[in-house]
Amino acid sequence: MKPLLSAWSWIFLIAILVFFEIYARIETGQTFLFRVYNIQSIAIAASQILLLALGLTLVIVAGHIDLSIGFTTGLAAVVMALVIRAMGPDTGWIVVVLAMLVGIFAAVIVGLLNGWLVAILNVPSFIGTLGTYGIARGGALIVAGGATVSIRSEEARTFGNGDLLGFPIPVVVAGVLAILCHYLLAHTKFGVHTYALGANRASVERAGVNVKKHLIWLFVISAVTAGIGGLIYTGRFSAGAANAGEPILLYAVAAVFIGGASLTGGQGTVTGTVIGAFIIAVIQFGLVFSGLPPYWQFVAVGLVIIVAVLVDQSRDKLTGTQS
Amino acid sequence: MTVILEARNLNKRFGGNEAVKEVSFTVNAGECVVLAGDNGAGKSTVIKMISGVYDPTGGEVAFQGKRLTGQTPNAIRAAGIETIYQDLALADNLDAGLNLYLGRESTKRILGIPFIARREMRETAKDVLKGLGIVIPDPSSPVRDLSGGQRQAIAIARAIHWKAKLVIMDEPTAALGVPEQREVMALIERLKSQGVGIILISHNLPDIFAAGDRIIVLARGVVAGERRPTETNDEEVVRMMMGAML
Repeated sequence: MKPLLSAWSWIFLIAILVFFEIYARIETGQTFLFRVYNIQSIAIAASQILLLALGLTLVIVAGHIDLSIGFTTGLAAVVMALVIRAMGPDTGWIVVVLAMLVGIFAAVIVGLLNGWLVAILNVPSFIGTLGTYGIARGGALIVAGGATVSIRSEEARTFGNGDLLGFPIPVVVAGVLAILCHYLLAHTKFGVHTYALGANRASVERAGVNVKKHLIWLFVISAVTAGIGGLIYTGRFSAGAANAGEPILLYAVAAVFIGGASLTGGQGTVTGTVIGAFIIAVIQFGLVFSGLPPYWQFVAVGLVIIVAVLVDQSRDKLTGTQS
Repeated sequence: MTVILEARNLNKRFGGNEAVKEVSFTVNAGECVVLAGDNGAGKSTVIKMISGVYDPTGGEVAFQGKRLTGQTPNAIRAAGIETIYQDLALADNLDAGLNLYLGRESTKRILGIPFIARREMRETAKDVLKGLGIVIPDPSSPVRDLSGGQRQAIAIARAIHWKAKLVIMDEPTAALGVPEQREVMALIERLKSQGVGIILISHNLPDIFAAGDRIIVLARGVVAGERRPTETNDEEVVRMMMGAML
């Protein structure tokens, strides 16, 4: 059943790529896919989604959700920008790295808060992280004074726009994090316990696993990947904004579900989420490329989410299991 | 016969309610002791005091000569007492191997990085289950695809693989069809033949007589009687189960 679903995601991704390629050849006589600029743009858009979606995948596999990530991204972006600004106009790499660490630290606080609410106080994660969504949003706006915090730092700009071995740095960062998250979920005890937690909490509890600690870790990981997304935002735009992650939050959630996760937990993979993020990025960029008003991307992504859920349900019917 | 578990004068009070009063019994190696009784008779409270979920208000449990009372459920499991709950506590989305090892997964190192050893755990699960006379068609399939009897076998395999000396089973046949009930009874016989002591909780008379070497009847928190299956019959056991209420 798992192969069926990931096969579906691959086929879907390839189908939309073929669709846009044919469309581009007919309409403009040019190639869509075989152009470095297009591939780079899609990869960067996918990385932005992925940075929020990677940690979220682990949380969703465990049967929870983290809505706060959208503003955890914003908080980390603003905090990084503020530290760089406070350190003066001429920043070196040391200042930028320090600013990044402080930004991640701010994200970790949100993650710990989520973990405490869900694991210790037993608040349902949907409600708890909706609360911290507001707290992180307000916190970011308060420390930023309600405005976008612009910075002038060559190093930060390089971090957001530079290349490493020919690949844009944001793509490299997202790629490395994707590999780490895949390893964690698919190849470690931590990952096995995450799947078991999503299927049956009693199974892991009786196996002697400290479920509370496990949940706190999951929310911290989710906050850290979202926070790194904020650092890249500040680098790319030379400014930290409280709403840096807001437009991506729903895309991140969508990428995880398109990639085969289930709202009830116990299933989903990092590979699936990566494909999900690429599907959304191709739709986003493809529609812009086709010259349609950009608002169509919301409609298209919405349709894809619904189709993904329908496929998920028919798969459950096929295998006779209930989710 | 060596005594492996001894419960001495166990008492448990919840507020003003005395759930268990002065319950004492022993379990020998390779013996299946049935705790029989109606709902609310105190069977579950007794086993939870053995597995460490509850601390007794009075009395104590000794296992292989050592006092267990006061230790954590994990320490008690590590000492060799495995409890199989009615709901089995399996992770339905994982395969038999991962369920067998849940919480104690084995890993192998590739370039110094630890990876969980899925295939090895799956092979071990296949072997342990084969030893129990259970063959799973596709060992890589999640356990939700298996039959009730096969799932029960995985829970029992866990006890065997981790060398439990005493297995506590809470109504193991309650949710099963007739052929699967027979499978579970056969599994209990296999465990006994390996010298494992069993405490079986049941109010199903055929199971009680089929599996039990001794029947301890609880009624309203006290031991209403102890019999060997050969010395008693359905009627007497039912009378004892109801006895304290008449």
